[in-house]
Amino acid sequence: MSLLEIKDLHATVGDREILKGISLTVNAGEVHAIMGPNGSGKSTLAQVLAGRELYTVTGGQVLYQGQDLLELAPEDRARAGIFLAFQYPVEIPGVSNMYFLKAALNTIRKSQGLEELDAFDFLTLVRDKMTLMNMDQTLLNRPVNTGFSGGEKKRNEIFQMAVLEPRLAVLDETDSGLDIDALKLVAHGVNTLRSPERSMIVVTHYQRLLEYIVPDYVHVLADGRIVKSGGKELALQLEKEGYAGLGIADDEEVVVV
Amino acid sequence: MSAVAEQTGQWLTEFTRQDKVAPWMQELRESAFQRFAELGFPTTHDEEWRFTNVAPIARATFRAGSADKLLVAPEVVEELDADGAGAPLARYASFRQNAFVALNTAFLNHQVPVTVLRVPAGVVLDGPIEITYEVAEDVANDPGQPGLLSVHPRILILVGADAHCTIVENYKGAGKYFTNAVTEIVAGDRAVVDHYKVQRENISAFHVATLAAQLGRSANFSTHSISLGGALVRNDVNVVLSEGTEATVNGLYIVNGTQHVDNHTSIDHAKPHGTSHELYKGILDDKSAAVFNGRIIVRKDAQKTDSKQTNKNLVLSDDAVIDTKPELQIHADDVRCTHGATIGQLDAESLFYLQSRGIGKQQARSLLTYAFAQDIIDRIQVPDLRQQLEKFLFEKFHEHAQ
Repeated sequence: MSLLEIKDLHATVGDREILKGISLTVNAGEVHAIMGPNGSGKSTLAQVLAGRELYTVTGGQVLYQGQDLLELAPEDRARAGIFLAFQYPVEIPGVSNMYFLKAALNTIRKSQGLEELDAFDFLTLVRDKMTLMNMDQTLLNRPVNTGFSGGEKKRNEIFQMAVLEPRLAVLDETDSGLDIDALKLVAHGVNTLRSPERSMIVVTHYQRLLEYIVPDYVHVLADGRIVKSGGKELALQLEKEGYAGLGIADDEEVVVV
Repeated sequence: MSAVAEQTGQWLTEFTRQDKVAPWMQELRESAFQRFAELGFPTTHDEEWRFTNVAPIARATFRAGSADKLLVAPEVVEELDADGAGAPLARYASFRQNAFVALNTAFLNHQVPVTVLRVPAGVVLDGPIEITYEVAEDVANDPGQPGLLSVHPRILILVGADAHCTIVENYKGAGKYFTNAVTEIVAGDRAVVDHYKVQRENISAFHVATLAAQLGRSANFSTHSISLGGALVRNDVNVVLSEGTEATVNGLYIVNGTQHVDNHTSIDHAKPHGTSHELYKGILDDKSAAVFNGRIIVRKDAQKTDSKQTNKNLVLSDDAVIDTKPELQIHADDVRCTHGATIGQLDAESLFYLQSRGIGKQQARSLLTYAFAQDIIDRIQVPDLRQQLEKFLFEKFHEHAQ
């Protein structure tokens, strides 16, 4: 059984159809890269998988571990092992990073029939993961993402992923806004988490990230559909020829960094 | 009989029934009652009461009665005889303009003894001064007594120069009643005063209160008005600064059901180099209503004034109503005054972010609601009080979340 099966998925925001029939199968341990120009629907796909209510699924099916994923509330998807690393991590003043992450971890553990961690065990776990992401421990006591630099926010996402240990991680443009050192650090964190049980969907605009996180499969998304799939060499072809080489318009004007 | 005369007439009966007090206080009571009779209860035609209709109070028939008073204070604090001359009562909370202050003054020392405290100059208190007024259920619901219970607590605290103190006022009770409180605080030069008023009245009670604070040169004063209970609530906070005074005026109001809470503040920069920070935050649910009116006065010679006012509201339902208004009266030219108000709902993106990490929707809502109030709670320096409020908030929003 595949971990994730997306069949002819259609989704809209308002009256606008963004996803126009996406099919994709992800097996345990695989890393799939989703590439595509801005407006192609990459981030929408990521958010639909995580359960963002902003988008309405108008057709198709998503099976996760054989179960209908679209039936589940966002929190139940997380408890089932799905993790979305946000393109724009949200600042939440008044909630400390530590409280937030401990609540998240314990909710997920509880739903999986595991014992909740006390403050001491939690800190021990978290310290290791912070070292992995080269993060300052004082970030734990700060409010969630509040006053973090762009790079700190992205690292914080991968740090959360390391703590929550999902079965399926969806990374939404985790490379955007990162300089090369930060990018390497984030990629290192992600690579450390690769395992035969864990699958990843890496959404990115540029091939650059894929030099560090080497995917098993690459899919090119344009206008809400997957127009080409292949191995990691497809990313290199894109790098050389650009989206235009595949006959896809890439509007650089709206690139969000 | 006119409406005003009708309303004040029944209070006259209560007024004349009072036990006699010392002549100076009797005189004060009489001029206050006379002023009350002239003013009558305010209506929504008064600009100061535009959004708060006190008709439920004006129309009801009241008797003047008692609340239990509990005073806990460090030994060094002197409790003065309220009846003795010399206490500068009613000098700071003026009854000329405010009918409720007038009414309170007309019932000085009746049933609820006036509290007059002095913190000697230079003394640093090792614990808070805590004054609690609690209306007992059998007093509020006494079937042998006609009319609703009204209580008129009165506090005067004189803080000497260079003294440091913390003051906590608590208001609570059972049943339906009307608390009409007035507190005057005088802080000497360089005094440091941290004041809290925690209003946890019964959900069917009326609560009207005025705080008047007169602050000395380079004094540091902070006041926190926490308003949680009551059906109809009005808080007036009037602060007058001297040269170099620093004032923090904070408030938190949390209302649901059909509760109505009105916070009117006035920060008067009478002299130069004063600083004031004001932050009021409100959480409204169901069909509740809140009013915030923040007046900042900068007098002509109050140059170099630095004043910041913020009012933020979190609205959890479609039917809650908030009216917020800054009122800046600036007569000096070398000053910095900023103000801002926001009214918002829980942020959908923040909710989704929390949910995407496994936190249930209701828990996420509670967490964000709690977080909204967190910065006011964090500034509470009395550990017991902070813990009580954290517990209250946790339970309130946990309950809400169910």
